[in-house]
Amino acid sequence: MPKFDDDGGDRKLCIIVSKGTMEWSTAAMVLGNAAIGEGIELHVFFTFWGLDAIVDRRMDKLKISPVANPSMKIPGTDIGMANMLAGLPGMTAFASNMMAKEMKALDVPPHREFMQMVHDSGAHFWACRLTYDMLKLTPEDLWDGVEDVISASDFMELSEGAQIIFI
Amino acid sequence: MATELIGGIELEVDEEGFMTDPSQWNEELAPALGKEIGIDELTDEHWKVIRFLRSDFEAQGETATLRRVSTLAGVPTKDLYKLFPKKPAKKMSYVSGLQKPTGCV
Repeated sequence: MPKFDDDGGDRKLCIIVSKGTMEWSTAAMVLGNAAIGEGIELHVFFTFWGLDAIVDRRMDKLKISPVANPSMKIPGTDIGMANMLAGLPGMTAFASNMMAKEMKALDVPPHREFMQMVHDSGAHFWACRLTYDMLKLTPEDLWDGVEDVISASDFMELSEGAQIIFI
Repeated sequence: MATELIGGIELEVDEEGFMTDPSQWNEELAPALGKEIGIDELTDEHWKVIRFLRSDFEAQGETATLRRVSTLAGVPTKDLYKLFPKKPAKKMSYVSGLQKPTGCV
């Protein structure tokens, strides 16, 4: 029979999310969701631009930019986009809509729904104190799935014995 | 191919213990599989998930992910973790006589 290791499940993972763009917030949630589905204790720590992913009024509008992103190709082709073109008005919205569509086709939920799903699975979400202050955020700005705003030292205590992924 | 005797049937299983022949499964077998992994009693909610997984597998040819179960069978994510603690995707697949899901989400 499969080894589900209920008793030995002391693995802990911390994901540091430092970017608030659509692709990296998605990467964080895919990994986080996989971890928690394996019975791993999960903490996600949002810092710097990653805070966009937990600011309630912004989290439905995360974007991906084709600017300075040479690996971004039209799916199924080798065609990328020159920076001159990528910087034209509307290109970020275009790229974001395209990625959202591709993700939807793979049944990847939109960001807020994905966060809720991982939260419902038992994950802990934290905001970084220093960058929260620097960006002049208030408690009302945060999505209500965030447990608390914590300091770097708090994070060190929290992450003791954990594996850490920095995104 | 390894086999394992569960519920009086010699089941074909892979190296992890998941059944490899879905046709060997029937509803009488599920409670025995559940007991193997610490689920002592299958409630109606368990059955809702199991029956969805089986019918979805017949239609799609692969095991549904947690996301698919929560959206299509209408069982909230939180409940899936209560019904099949810690490793819901693997446990629900095991009890349903299916391979674990291959999808990422």
